[in-house]
Amino acid sequence: MKAIHYSVIPGNSFGYILLLGILGALTTVGMGAAYYMEHNGHIVTGMNNQIVWGIPHVFAVFLIVAASGALNVASIASVFGRSLYKPLARLSALLAIALLAGGLAVLVLDLGRPDRLIVAMTYYNFRSIFAWNIYLYTGFFVVVGVYLWMMFERRMNQFTKIAGFSAFIWRLTLTTGTGSIFGFLVARQAYDAALMAPMFIIMSFAFGLAMFLLVLIPTYAWTHRDLGDVVLERLRKLLGIFVASVLYFVLVYHLTNLYITEHHGVERFILLDGGVYTQVFWIGQMLIGGLIPLLLCLTPLGRPRPMILLASTLIVIGGIAQIYVIIVGGQAYPIEIFPGKEVTSSFFDGFTTIYQPSIPEILLGLSGIGITLLITTFAIKVLPFLPNSLADKDVDPDFTGQVDATSVSPTESAAV
Amino acid sequence: MSIGRRDFLKAGAIATTATALAPGINLIELAAARSPEQAASAVNRWGLLIDVNKCAKGCTACVDACRKENGISDEGSPTTDAQWIRKVTTKDKATGYEQAFPVMCQHCEHPPCVDVCPTGASFKRKDGIVLVDKHICIGCRYCMMACPYKARSFIHEEITDQSHNAPRGKGTVESCTLCVHKIDRGDGSTACADACVDENHKAIIFGDLKDPRSEISRQLKAQPSSQIRADLNLNTGVRYRGLS
Ligand code: SF4
Ligand code: SF4
Ligand code: SF4
Repeated sequence: MKAIHYSVIPGNSFGYILLLGILGALTTVGMGAAYYMEHNGHIVTGMNNQIVWGIPHVFAVFLIVAASGALNVASIASVFGRSLYKPLARLSALLAIALLAGGLAVLVLDLGRPDRLIVAMTYYNFRSIFAWNIYLYTGFFVVVGVYLWMMFERRMNQFTKIAGFSAFIWRLTLTTGTGSIFGFLVARQAYDAALMAPMFIIMSFAFGLAMFLLVLIPTYAWTHRDLGDVVLERLRKLLGIFVASVLYFVLVYHLTNLYITEHHGVERFILLDGGVYTQVFWIGQMLIGGLIPLLLCLTPLGRPRPMILLASTLIVIGGIAQIYVIIVGGQAYPIEIFPGKEVTSSFFDGFTTIYQPSIPEILLGLSGIGITLLITTFAIKVLPFLPNSLADKDVDPDFTGQVDATSVSPTESAAV
Repeated sequence: MSIGRRDFLKAGAIATTATALAPGINLIELAAARSPEQAASAVNRWGLLIDVNKCAKGCTACVDACRKENGISDEGSPTTDAQWIRKVTTKDKATGYEQAFPVMCQHCEHPPCVDVCPTGASFKRKDGIVLVDKHICIGCRYCMMACPYKARSFIHEEITDQSHNAPRGKGTVESCTLCVHKIDRGDGSTACADACVDENHKAIIFGDLKDPRSEISRQLKAQPSSQIRADLNLNTGVRYRGLS
C-alpha cells in the first residue's frame, strides 16, 4: 500500500473562524451555566433528592462512552491490521481524547463541589468503582496520547501496533468501568443486571463511530479533500452492524428482566406505562436511534452522504435517549424498599418522579459536545491529523491506478 | 473552634482502649464517660429498635425532634429539602393492611454508600455509625444512587440557620447521624427516641447492639424483629418489630 500523507488544515477561512466561534460560544455558555449552578446550588436545576443524576450525567456518560468507541477505527487499523482504516487512525484517536475531555468536563462541573476536584484526585476509596474510573479516565488520555505519538513520530511507527493494542485494551476496560457504575447499584431495580457492562461496550461502538462520521464527512467536504466511497461504505456498513448489536443487546436485556419476577415493575414502567420515559424509550431510543439508522446503514437508501450524516445524527440522538432512559428513567421508577407494598411518605417514597431539566443544566450538557468539537477543530489545525486524501485510489489496497508515493507534504515534515 | 471542625476520622487509637476493657463495666456508662475528642470504639455497635405497633398514626414527633436537633431547615421546596427521617406508610397490595413508621439511615454494617463513595467521605465508624465527612464529600451523589433505603439528601442550596450539632454544607450529601454528637457526649439516646418517649409512645429504643445487657439487645432477644430489605444482607443497625 502506498504511503499516507497527512497535513494540517489551513484554518484561515471565514467558515473555520466562524465554526471556532460557535463552538467557543457553546463552551463558554456551558461554563457560565456551571458557574450559575455552583453559585446557587443544584436548586436551579431540575434535579432533586429523587432524581439525583440528571441531564449533565446523561451527556457526560454519552460522551465518555462515545470516546471509547471513537477509538474503534484506530483499533481496527492497528490491532486488527486492516490497512483501509489506517489513514483514519489519527483522527480516531484525537476524537477519542476530545470526547473524553468533553464528557469529563461536564461530569466534574455537575458535582456539588466542583471546587474539590483536587480532593477527588487525592482521596481514594479503592472499593469504589468511581475511584477506579478516575484512574481509567486519566490513563486513557496517557495511553491514547502515547499511541498518537507513535503514529506521528516516524521513528516510533514500529511501536504503533503495541501502543494501539494497549489503547484497545484500556478502552474496553474503561467502558466496562463506566457500565459498572450502574451495575453496582443493586438496590435499584433498573440497574440490577450483569448485562450492563457489555451493553455499554456495544453502545460505545455505535455512538463513537457515529460521532466519527459526523466529524469526518464535513471536515473533508469543508477542506476540499477527497473522501472516497470505499471508506465511507465500509464505515456505514460497520455502523449498521453496531446499531443492530445494540438493538440485540437491548432486546436480551429486557427479555432477561422480564424473566425475573422482581423486575416486572420496572420493565412495565419503561416499556408500557412510564409516560415520558416510555416515549423516550420507544421513539427516541428504538425508532430514532435504532430502526431508522439500521435501515439507513444496511440498505442502499443510506448510501448518499447526507443520509450517512442523517443516520449518524439519529444514532447520537437515540444514544442520548438511551442513556436518558437508563439514568433518569432508572431513578424515576421508585426504589423498592418494601416489595409488595404500596408506599407513601413526605419523601416521595413509592412516587414516580417527574424530572424537568432546567436550561442551565441542558446548556452544561451541550457544552460537553462543544468542548469535544472545539478541541478537534483546533487540533487539526495545529497537527497533521488528516490524510491529504481519502480518495478510493489512495486508500483501497486493491486500487490499480497511478500512485505517487514519494512526495511528503511540507506541513507534515514540519510537524514531525 | 466550631463543632463543624470535629474530625470524625480520628477513630484510630480507641480500639486499643477497647481491648483493655475490664469485664463487667457497663458499656453505656463507659460511653457516657467518653469525651468528644475520643472517637468511636468497635466494642459498641449503636442501633435503634423501632416498634411499628407502638408508632402512633399521624404522630411525627420523631421527625420534628430530628429537624430541631440537627437544624434541618424547611426551605419550602419539598423535592429538594433534606429529610433525615420520614414517616413511611405502607399498604399491603393484597390485603390492604396499613402500617406507618419512621425510616432513617439504617446504619448498615455493609453500607453500599460507603462502598461506592469515590473519596471515602462516606464512612462507617468503628461503632457502626455511618457518616459523611463534609470536608471531603465532592457532591457526586453516587451514595444516594447506591443507598437502598433512600436515606440520603443532597443540599441543593445555601443553608442559613444551622445547628451546632450538625454542620451542613451546600453541594454535599447528608443523612441521619444517629445523633452522633449526643452519643459522643454520652447522652445515651437520640433526639428521635427521646421525643417518642416524651409522647409516651416509646416506639424507638436506642442502644448498643453488642452489649447483651442493653435494653435494645434484651428486647431483640426476647421477641422477633426484622430488617428492611434483609435480603440485601446489609445487616442494618436499625431494626424493626412488628413490620408485616
Ligand atoms: S441506609 Fe443508606 S445511607 Fe445509611 S448506611 Fe445504609 S446505605 Fe448508607
Ligand atoms: S456525594 Fe459525597 S459522600 Fe456521597 S459518594 Fe459522593 S463524595 Fe461520597
Ligand atoms: S437518630 Fe438523630 S439524626 Fe437520626 S433520625 Fe433520629 S434524631 Fe435524626
